Amino acid sequence: MKIVKQSFKFLVLAVLMFLPTSILAINAGGDGGQISGKQEVEEYIVHHLKDSHDFNLFSYTDDAGERQHFGVALPVILWSSEGLVTFMSSEFHHDDNGQVIVEKDGLKFTKIHSKIYELEKGATAVEFDADHHATNASKVLDFSITKSVVGILLIGLLMLFWFSRLAKQYKKKQIPTGFGRILEPLVLYVRDEIARPNIGEKHYRKFTGYLLTVFFFIWILNLAGLTPLGFNVTGQLAVTACLAIFTLIIYTISGNKDYWMHILWMPGVPIFVKPILAVIELVGAFIIKPFSLLVRLFANISAGHIVLMSLIAIMFTLKESLGVVGATSLSFVLSFFLLLIELLVAFLQAYIFTMLSALFIGMAVAEHDHEHDHEVSSDVEDVRGDFI
Amino acid sequence: MEPVTYNLIGAGLIVIGAGIGLGQIGGKAMEGIARQPEAAGKIQTAMIIVAALLEGLAFGALFLGK
Repeated sequence: MKIVKQSFKFLVLAVLMFLPTSILAINAGGDGGQISGKQEVEEYIVHHLKDSHDFNLFSYTDDAGERQHFGVALPVILWSSEGLVTFMSSEFHHDDNGQVIVEKDGLKFTKIHSKIYELEKGATAVEFDADHHATNASKVLDFSITKSVVGILLIGLLMLFWFSRLAKQYKKKQIPTGFGRILEPLVLYVRDEIARPNIGEKHYRKFTGYLLTVFFFIWILNLAGLTPLGFNVTGQLAVTACLAIFTLIIYTISGNKDYWMHILWMPGVPIFVKPILAVIELVGAFIIKPFSLLVRLFANISAGHIVLMSLIAIMFTLKESLGVVGATSLSFVLSFFLLLIELLVAFLQAYIFTMLSALFIGMAVAEHDHEHDHEVSSDVEDVRGDFI
Repeated sequence: MEPVTYNLIGAGLIVIGAGIGLGQIGGKAMEGIARQPEAAGKIQTAMIIVAALLEGLAFGALFLGK
């Protein structure tokens, strides 16, 4: 009986795992339409990688040849040349080439390639130069609630709900119930395997909060990116850059005397090497470390999304040569296995980001034994002297 | 020849280099774990960190070359 129950559970789980692929496929299928072809697939993928001003679930061309969109319009909030302007993104009517012009408070706005431009006074249409840059419109400061912002807010609220519930449960009894049982081992894992060994017994408590937040934020957003909702939040440079800057600020502020001394005036090396090392260390601490953090996350998630969507697109691009059934099953099998790998990558990237953040913070707060340090360096010099 | 082709050759070189590096890291870690199975956890952690640093370098190069 138990075996039957277990295999049933397994079956349900397997179906649930398949579900995202098939729904994603339907999404992409809606966009294939009659015009289909390589270009449209490419356009769709490029569009997906960017942030968008409306939450579009899917769109298709109906029998009458009209484009139908299913999704939610989001508010557009702009800081224009004359102050704050707000309207709903539905006013653009899904135009992305500067064709539709929205007039608000005497100002004219248009959207070109997911960026909103403000038209100059007196202009009625956007004029483009040879490189397809708008000549009579300029970019405005854009504080819109875009799709990524919705994703961040959604995941933020979800995390707030889950973790405040988890924290409350500890007040009543020793073990959490329900969903908290999934979160508890992960929290302990981040604390005991990432924060404690990398930062050190003395300081780790202060930074565990940040590391936990970053870990769950990235992990849950990565997972949300694999659902048919089509979020690509951790694949946005702005988001990963922001996270990297947080880490940069934290390890710069919490760096102790020894850390700064090792950056600015490295002990134990000949004096003429010290300025050279200082330059290298400064570049490393302020540019290379955050840059590697932000590019790794961004590139991994973007690459995963591109490959996944390309595999799903196989069913349109190879429709002629393999037949509808052949192309569909090929893309289904490939994208299913890639989705499994992506589940691993989603966790791994969150783990690596947290791990490296902990490592950098640990470097900044590590305490050196001064006596010992000098002894070692003088020993090294002695030995060197002997050899020379 | 179009400039795009050079980009692709560069991307290929980066991937070859990263592949060699990752192979070295993975292989040596395997060797280490085989020699000292009780240190598997520590070796794995160190391996992932080095692999991540290498990957960051490779992605950085790909990103700049784009």
